[in-house]
Amino acid sequence: MRLLRTLMAAALAVTAFAAPSFAADDPGPAAYAKALNGKRVMLVPLAMGFDLAQGWAHYLKKEVEAWGGTFETRDPNWVVDAGAQAITDAIASDTRPDVLIIHAPDLNSYSKLMKKAQAAGTYVLLVDNPANFPADAFVGSDWDKLGQLEAEAAIKGCGENSSKKIGLVQGDQANSSSLYQYAGIMKVLEKHPDFQVVAKPDSNWDATTSRNVTTTMLQQHPDICSIIDFWDGDATGASAAIRDAKLDGKVFLVTTGGGEKAADCDKLNDGTYGAVVMTDLARQSGDMNAIIKFLLQSGQPAGTSHTYIYTLEKATTKADLKPDSCWDLKALQAEAAAK
Amino acid sequence: MNAIGWPNWRRLNQEGIVFAIAILLFAAAALGLPGFLTADNLVAIVRSVSVLGILALGMAVVIIGRGIDLSAVAIMAMSVAWYLQLLNTGTSDGLAFAYVLAGVLAIGLLNGFLVAYADVPAIFVTLATGSFVFGYVRSQLITQDAVPVPQGHWVELLGGVRFLDIPVEVFVFAGLAFLVFLFLRYTKWGRFIYFAGDNPVAARNIGIPVRPMLVLRYALSAVVALIAGLLTAASLHSINTRVVNSTLLYDIVLVAVIGGIGLSGGRGGVRNVLVGAALIGILLNAMTIIDIPLLYQNLIKAAILLGAIIVDGIINPRDEQTAQQGDI
Repeated sequence: MRLLRTLMAAALAVTAFAAPSFAADDPGPAAYAKALNGKRVMLVPLAMGFDLAQGWAHYLKKEVEAWGGTFETRDPNWVVDAGAQAITDAIASDTRPDVLIIHAPDLNSYSKLMKKAQAAGTYVLLVDNPANFPADAFVGSDWDKLGQLEAEAAIKGCGENSSKKIGLVQGDQANSSSLYQYAGIMKVLEKHPDFQVVAKPDSNWDATTSRNVTTTMLQQHPDICSIIDFWDGDATGASAAIRDAKLDGKVFLVTTGGGEKAADCDKLNDGTYGAVVMTDLARQSGDMNAIIKFLLQSGQPAGTSHTYIYTLEKATTKADLKPDSCWDLKALQAEAAAK
Repeated sequence: MNAIGWPNWRRLNQEGIVFAIAILLFAAAALGLPGFLTADNLVAIVRSVSVLGILALGMAVVIIGRGIDLSAVAIMAMSVAWYLQLLNTGTSDGLAFAYVLAGVLAIGLLNGFLVAYADVPAIFVTLATGSFVFGYVRSQLITQDAVPVPQGHWVELLGGVRFLDIPVEVFVFAGLAFLVFLFLRYTKWGRFIYFAGDNPVAARNIGIPVRPMLVLRYALSAVVALIAGLLTAASLHSINTRVVNSTLLYDIVLVAVIGGIGLSGGRGGVRNVLVGAALIGILLNAMTIIDIPLLYQNLIKAAILLGAIIVDGIINPRDEQTAQQGDI
């Protein structure tokens, strides 16, 4: 009996000790896997052929595949209709994505389609370009703030003893990133009434047009101290015009971009750009990943909540360039090719 | 037009109207806009339409022969993008250029062959080859929309070449315009293009090699597109294939047609291209100086062009005698 009692006590003790360890078994991974496994994420950017889209796709794919989901992209190649078609097909297909990440070309084009997607049960994320639509989340730049940063960089680049004349090369008059950027720039310049905008042509995001309008702008106002071009994709044109006018080093060129090495850091380094307001693309992709994981686990129907996650932006100049200021598209491509 | 080729001013045609509008605009801008009538700005005007004008020269030769080349912009951007991509991945310059030149000629010959021997309408052939060139090069041969010129490469140095402070593309435009002028006016094959464009069947009946000449024109247009692409890359130190989606192609046709080259073929010449390019160049420059937003620029451009066409329609009404078969 005594032996039996001892044994029972021992068994009890073992159970007692063992029990907390059962209770401490983390329910997280199982729930995580249950919610995420096999989920589909699709990215529909403006085009797959430029640094931002390729960077997002790289970082998203890595993470989505790591949690057992499938990641796909569509390439509308800058054609709005093709993007609409891709979204329509995706919603209607048997393999409807659970999360649709959309890079909107303007404020309104895709609004109806995004509503349809949400009605079908797909969470809709807007990236980079805001749109007139209550998406489940917006991840990207606060373009107004970004414009303010550009204007501050331009004012600093000009200095107190300059002509205080600033030229703008806008994108177009339809894309939200261009409209809000302009609003942000003007907000800062209002606070500095001694600085004036002498010209504000559009480039239509095209480098040749940017070069032509900048050439004209510099001829009309050779004493411009800074130019803000609304995208690094066409700012190569503005920089060519500055170079042609032999005003290198005299005109402080400010632009914005995705922080790709060849597009931004190399050009800051060689003095082509004075300052670039860079988006931290890896972090932006990380934000997208986090909100995707949240939405898929939340159990809430698509369209329930509307979150804005603005990426931290910073005007970078040559002086504060660090080895990790930029990400390297070539390296990512080499990594993908090696697989 | 009389025997020596000068316009007949008593009978104002579309070229004359557009030329008059260009002169009026020029005078108004010179008087009203400070800084318009400076040497630098005039050079900038010519330069801004140089690449457009070069492409329009190639297009003009094709249109005069009663054809159209809708693949020009695709060939221009994609050939140079491929060339730069080859250079960036370490192919030797000579080999890369040989590949690209061969590719460009192949597409030009394919265009010409399909139009001349397979009898497919030019508008469909070149639309298809343009899409093919873009799709194939973009998906198979290059990895990015924008391909940079390698540092220190001759294309980059070409962009910096100046004579008397005038950029090199202005001279290339002038040189090519002169060459095309000589070709169209003083060579037998040049004159034959007009016959073939005006009445292909009659031209063939009198023994003109209509089909080989057709092939030649498309090959010529393709090579001209390559030159335009190289100049674009030289100036911007990169080429962006997004230009294929832009309105550049329509602008090229516009420059040729607004200058008075009839889409029905057989009419026009280099001077028409120069007049068309001058109007577009002056218009865009003046509007940029006034700082008119792009939306209004397009509206104004379209209004002036429509106006010119309407005035032409009133002064030179179409009837059974002037209308041709195949008029678009």
